Amino acid sequence: MSVLVYIEHADGKVKKTSLEAVSFASALAAQTGEGEVVAIALGTVDSPELASVGKAGASKVLHADDVRLNDGVIQAHASAVAQAFASVGAKTLVLAKSSLGDAVAARLAIKLSAGMVSNVVELPKTSGGYLVKRSIYTGKAFAESEITTENKILAVKKNAVDLKTDGAGASVEKLSVALSDSDFASKITSTERATGEVLLPEADIVVSGGRGMKGPENWGMIEDLARVLGAATGCSKPVSDIGWRPHHEHVGQTGVKVAPSLYIAIGISGAIQHLAGVNSSKCIVVINKDPEAPFFKAADYGIVGDAFEVVPKLTEALKAEL
Amino acid sequence: MKILVCITHVPDTTSKIQFTADNTKFDTTGVQFIIGPYDDYALARAVELRDQTGGTLTALNVGEAETEPTLRKSLAIGADDAIRINSFPKDSFFVAKQIAHYAKEGGYDLILMGRESIDFNGGMVHGMVGELLGMPSFSPVMKLEVEGSTVKMAREIEGGKEYLEAQLPLIAGCQEPIAEWKIPNMRGIMSARTKPLKVVEPVSQETQAEATRFQLPPAKGAVKLVDKDNVSELVKLLKNEAKVL
Repeated sequence: MSVLVYIEHADGKVKKTSLEAVSFASALAAQTGEGEVVAIALGTVDSPELASVGKAGASKVLHADDVRLNDGVIQAHASAVAQAFASVGAKTLVLAKSSLGDAVAARLAIKLSAGMVSNVVELPKTSGGYLVKRSIYTGKAFAESEITTENKILAVKKNAVDLKTDGAGASVEKLSVALSDSDFASKITSTERATGEVLLPEADIVVSGGRGMKGPENWGMIEDLARVLGAATGCSKPVSDIGWRPHHEHVGQTGVKVAPSLYIAIGISGAIQHLAGVNSSKCIVVINKDPEAPFFKAADYGIVGDAFEVVPKLTEALKAEL
Repeated sequence: MKILVCITHVPDTTSKIQFTADNTKFDTTGVQFIIGPYDDYALARAVELRDQTGGTLTALNVGEAETEPTLRKSLAIGADDAIRINSFPKDSFFVAKQIAHYAKEGGYDLILMGRESIDFNGGMVHGMVGELLGMPSFSPVMKLEVEGSTVKMAREIEGGKEYLEAQLPLIAGCQEPIAEWKIPNMRGIMSARTKPLKVVEPVSQETQAEATRFQLPPAKGAVKLVDKDNVSELVKLLKNEAKVL
C-alpha cells in the first residue's frame, strides 16, 4: 500500500507546492499506516530534481519520461496517473491545488471512484471516519467534509503543511504508461508565461498595488519593493480592469487567491472581494493614506501615509536590513 | 449548436458568512443570492455564442425551489429554457452525476460553467462531468471561440496562459475575461417569466464527500500601526515579531 502524489513541474523544476504535497502525504502515511509515499512525475524533469522529491518524504518517484506529457494535456495526465494509482496499489492520491492539478484530479475522482476534497488545509482526522478540513467561501470559512469512499483524493492548499526537508531520498523508476489518441484529443498550440519573475500564486511574499497608485507609470516603486523582497507583484481588480496591469496579476475573489507569508497592500482600500483573495496570508501589511480604509481591519501591520513617500523609504530600509 | 450552461446559486460576494444549527448549516439570514460570478461569465459567453451560431441555450441548476429566481435571471440574461434539478447540491460528485445525466439526455455540443462555485470553491464539477460523459474538459478557460466543430481556447496557468484547440463536444469551466457580464434588460426580464423552466428529480442520491460541519476563522487581532516617518520600525517588526523576512 502507498500514498501516490501527483507532481507538477515547470522548466524542469519541481514546483514547491508539489513538494508541500509530498510532505503532506508523508505525514498522512505516517498517521494512517498507508506505507510509503510514491510520487509520479510526467514529462521531462531534471534528474537531480526528482531525487529532491525524496527530501520532502517520498521513497520512490515514478517518472513517465514521455515528451507528449510535457504539456499539461489534462486527459492524458489523468490517464497516466490512474494507471500509476492502480499499479502501486494506492488508496489515496495527494496533489497541490493548482490550475492543472484541479482539472486533472476532478477527472481522476471519477476514474478512481474516489471521494475528492479540494483546498485541504490540514491533515485529515482518520480515527473513526475520514474528516477533511477545507477552506470554503474563498477563505472566509472552513468546512469539514467526510469522505465515504475507499479511494480518496486530497488537493492541498498552499501552506497547509511545513515543507519537509529531511527525507532519506527517493529512488527513481521509469514508468511507461499506455496512452491512446483520445487522451490527446486536445492540442496545446502555444504557451505564454511570464519569465524571470516570481510567480504570483506560488510566491512567498506578494506586493500589490491598487488605484491609489494613480497610474501604471507609478508601478516602478512597487516593482522595486518586490525586487528587494524577492516578491511577486499583484494588483486589485479595478487596476487590472482598466488595464494598468495584466489580468494574471489580479488578486481577489475572481482573480488569483494567494497565501504568502507576507502580503503588502499599497493603495488598496480592501473591498471584501479583494480580501477574499488574500485572507490566507500569514501576515498582512497595509499602506494607505486613508486611515478609514477597511483593509486596516484585516491587517497585522499598517502605515497611514502617502504611498509615494512611504514605499521608497520602505524599500531603502529593507535594502539596509536584508 | 446546443449549449448547456450550469449555474450555481450562491451568496453575494459581499455577504457576511455565518452558520446556524450548531455549525452544520449556512445561515441565509439577510443574505442575497446571485448567479455565481464565474457562472455569470460562462452564461454571458454562451449567450454570445448562441447569437453568433444559432441554436439553443439551456440553463441548469441543481437546487431546491429557492434557487428559481436565480435561474429565472439566467433566462432574463438570454437562456432559452431552464432545468432545475430538485435537490440540495450535496457535494461535487452528486451535482456532477445529475448534470451528466441531463446533459447526455439533451445531447449538448458545448457545456459551460464557472471554474468553481464561490461557496465551496471545489472547481471539480466540470472535470467530473467530462469524465462521466467521456468528453474533454478544460478549466479555467479565459477565452473560447467556436469555428465549425473546432474550439479554440485560452486556459489560465500559473503566471500566464496556454492556447489550445479541441473538437466539440466539450466542457469548459470559465472565468474572466471570457465575456463581459450581461445585465438583463426589461424585455429580457419580461420574457423570462414565460420561458420554460422544467423541474426534474435527481437521478441518484449518491455522495462521496459531503460537508458535515462548518467553522469560522479566528478573529483577527487589532492592526499595529507604525508611524509613516519611522518605516525601519516596520522592517524590525516584520523580521523579529512576525518573522516573515
